[in-house]
Amino acid sequence: MADTTTAQPMTKPATAQLGFEFSSGDRSPAPPAARPERNKDRDQTEARPSKRSRGGKSTSAGPVTAEHMATQQREISVSEFFAKNRHLLGFDNKRKALLTTVKEAVDNSLDACEEARILPELVVEVTQTAEERFRVMVQDNGPGIVKEQIPNIFGKLLYGSKFHRLKMCRGQQGIGISAAGMYGLITTGKPLSVVSRTSSKAKAHHYKLAIDTKKNRPDIVHDEAIDVDFPHGTRVEIDLVASYVKGRQGVDEYIDQTAIANPHAEIRYVNPTGERLTFHRGVKELPPETKEIKPHPHGIELGVLMKMLKETECQKVGGFLQKEFSRVTSSTCKSVCKTTGITPLTWVKQIDSQTAERIYDALQKSRIMAPSTDCLAPVGTQQILAGLLKGVKAEFYTAATRAPTVYRGNPFQMEVGFAYGGELPTEETARLIRFANRVPLLYQQSHCSIYKAVADTNWRAYGLSQSAGSLPAGPLVIMVHFASVWVPFTSESKEAVADYDEIRKEIRLGLQECGRKLQTFINRRKRTEREGERRSVFVRYIPEVSNALNAITGAGVKKLRDQLMALARERTELADRELDDQGRFIRKSKKRDPLEDDSTVIVERDPGGPEAGAELFGDDESRMTGKVVPRKKGRRK
Amino acid sequence: MAKKVRRPGAVGEGTHGQDGRLTDTKTRDKIEAMARMVVEQIDRADNPTLNIPVRSLSNVAFNEKKGIIEMGDGKAARPFFDLGNARRFMQTMLMSSELLKLQQQHKTTSIRDMFYHCKHTIEGAREETFDEQEESDPVIEDLEVTLGALREELRIFANPEGSMVGPMTIRDTGDEIELSRMGSGGWAVPSIVEPHVIQFVKSEAKFILLIEKAAIWMRFNEDRFWKTHQCMIIHGGGQPPRGVRRLCHRMANELGLPLYVLVDNDPWGYYIYSVVRQGSINLAFESSRMAVPAARFIGMSSFDAAEFDLSASVTIRLNDKDIVRAKEIMAYPWFADKRWQREIKHMLKQGVKLELEALSNKDFSFIADTYVPEKLKKRKWLD
Repeated sequence: MADTTTAQPMTKPATAQLGFEFSSGDRSPAPPAARPERNKDRDQTEARPSKRSRGGKSTSAGPVTAEHMATQQREISVSEFFAKNRHLLGFDNKRKALLTTVKEAVDNSLDACEEARILPELVVEVTQTAEERFRVMVQDNGPGIVKEQIPNIFGKLLYGSKFHRLKMCRGQQGIGISAAGMYGLITTGKPLSVVSRTSSKAKAHHYKLAIDTKKNRPDIVHDEAIDVDFPHGTRVEIDLVASYVKGRQGVDEYIDQTAIANPHAEIRYVNPTGERLTFHRGVKELPPETKEIKPHPHGIELGVLMKMLKETECQKVGGFLQKEFSRVTSSTCKSVCKTTGITPLTWVKQIDSQTAERIYDALQKSRIMAPSTDCLAPVGTQQILAGLLKGVKAEFYTAATRAPTVYRGNPFQMEVGFAYGGELPTEETARLIRFANRVPLLYQQSHCSIYKAVADTNWRAYGLSQSAGSLPAGPLVIMVHFASVWVPFTSESKEAVADYDEIRKEIRLGLQECGRKLQTFINRRKRTEREGERRSVFVRYIPEVSNALNAITGAGVKKLRDQLMALARERTELADRELDDQGRFIRKSKKRDPLEDDSTVIVERDPGGPEAGAELFGDDESRMTGKVVPRKKGRRK
Repeated sequence: MAKKVRRPGAVGEGTHGQDGRLTDTKTRDKIEAMARMVVEQIDRADNPTLNIPVRSLSNVAFNEKKGIIEMGDGKAARPFFDLGNARRFMQTMLMSSELLKLQQQHKTTSIRDMFYHCKHTIEGAREETFDEQEESDPVIEDLEVTLGALREELRIFANPEGSMVGPMTIRDTGDEIELSRMGSGGWAVPSIVEPHVIQFVKSEAKFILLIEKAAIWMRFNEDRFWKTHQCMIIHGGGQPPRGVRRLCHRMANELGLPLYVLVDNDPWGYYIYSVVRQGSINLAFESSRMAVPAARFIGMSSFDAAEFDLSASVTIRLNDKDIVRAKEIMAYPWFADKRWQREIKHMLKQGVKLELEALSNKDFSFIADTYVPEKLKKRKWLD
């Protein structure tokens, strides 16, 4: 993930606290065979620190000797590497290339804005310049990037600052913006264009950057100070060979879902067909800033421990354990050392690999407090509702944010949102939209723990139909967000969350929480319909009864009719949906209403009448054209 | 008046008035009182509710002493604001107002006529107030029991069905009619045979023979059975209508004539006999003025096939419905008598039923010439 975030110079790359010796990667032997799986994920994920890790990966893919590998690594050019590994980086095909390019740029922009505590405003334009040729332009209102760093960030592969931090951020997808730039360069020969401005007092810099693929170095083609009409922010333009497909698994869906998971962002999107879609901001608060945490002993692999031992600045084991890990207390430390047969005062340098393994085992066996979870920034129930409200035209919305919990020493948090009814198709299976750290996951649905949890849930209990082992059928959108400092993807493609029991359980609980509310709603709606039918029966007979009674007693037709109508209304009270000024309805009930809380929104939609949600959604024809959902309006109360 | 229950025993002559004169004002008052009660309920914002005496087996009792079925106190609430009752409530109200009009205009009409009179499309709906007469007839019966007014007091009559001939002279609405001179069709028994309509002028009959079917009655008439045996022959076209039952009741009570009932040998035949003898479940409130507890079941009996040496080929196998019905009938308290249990059990054991026509297998007039006379002579009947 490219890091356009800070206006400050980047931290030194590749001082990795994890994994490999990135700094000497090119010439180093291949990483240990028992390379921790986790790092495998991470280096891909974070993508920035070193191309050497890429090299390592490519070699680990083939059965060659370390020596042979080393030779190859020396000789491999970035472009060759890139061409061979497109599929790993999200450029497997032309369609996905376009998506990945947009995704990298958008994720960068959002991360940058959030880290600078700026409410994101993004412009995304994808234009077709020739057959199979597209230009992707993404502009943000972020802090901008200092002139000196622009070439490195955009013109050098695997350069960044986020890799070695244990912190919740986007950047789970493939490779940085420079890879997209390189893809563009390889396929079209055109350099990547960057315009960035850090302050309204300064001029903007305009660079055109090619990548020296042999040396992995930015090649500045064009450098100019220019005037722009935005006070701060960055605009990236990339020309590339790609293909655009509307609908699922394309750029449209990605933007659509990004807007749902990022209701604090304002996104204007122009797609290649010239459609202008605006996703207005649904909430005015930025997600809380996330904290960086130290690794938890239960969440690391032996290799990582050894790596950490090698790189730590602490001199003694006791200090090392307490300082480099979270939740290791002095008593834990003492007992671990005792089990291992060392003391906290043992020099770190004296630890050999066998002792390290014993320390590792002792750590795994000790009871250690779960890591703190304040490092997580869930989307939030209200924000999910706002996102769904602006993205999906349903009738019933509910969301649940589970309490943070831990899998294998990594804090994580699940969030679930449902949108039901309204204009969603009733005959199809439900639509599942998955997010990891606010980034939409569009591929490999069936391999994902989220999908499995949804398919395993008994949806019939909630009033939906479902064939065994698949998604439920009905007018339902299920949104599941996985937030963690470390998202365990199943593979390098970063498209499916691995199936850990703890994760599956949390997803299930979240689904059940929302499911119960959905069930209440469905039952209630059925009941409302029934009550409505009941009333219509009474209303139908009232004139006859009034006429007859009047004919016999002379009590007055109108009086009787009015009285009976009042009684009918009273006795079918549930059929009345009291509308508030936003077109939603509130029911009055003596009992505490399970749907009367902030986690649920019900929108009145009258399919026959004028667009009930018009106020919420504007007169758009496209589902994606969300109009402003002012926060208060988006909520029930 | 919905709450007023017709107490068993209060039915009949008492309510009707000894002179049998229709008391229009009284009926009118009852309808008005019921409607006023509903209006009061509405004024109180209560769910308008009629309490209607239950006309089902659960609410009848067999009075062994009197030998008739009597209605109990059970009542069913019919609230308007109830999905299952709303339509019936509406129909009851509509029917009440139209019955009141009938009173005000001093007219008498048929239940079918009332059905047509009340039937119209509900405004603003594609629904009829009454879809078929099967809907309006029970509403009228509901009103009879709720108001405690006889059908005749409501000025309603059922479709007259049934004929009678025999050595008797009557006066029908002022016309004197000699029932022995009625040709092949006989005198059509009207629905209302109350004393103010029908009076017995002269009778030479010794008994009454009530025949289930018109076709068999024709045989008896053609053969002049009534002349040979000095009796009245009457039929009711299946289940005898009120007029026929009421007339039998009057002839039995006022003229002291024994009543013999001739029906098919099947569960339905038994039931027809029982209705004649002690009243129907549905009209239990009218038993005391309809039932003839002394009625005798002359045939056909399940033992007749053997008795009269009937060919097995004229028997009909009992179907499942017959068997169920037979068992139901066996469980009625008024069939608890040993002889009746034996009779029905025998039918079930044989597994066959017999129609009256089966006797024609012997000879066209076997039934009138041999069967009935022999049974009468040998006093082979059940009661």
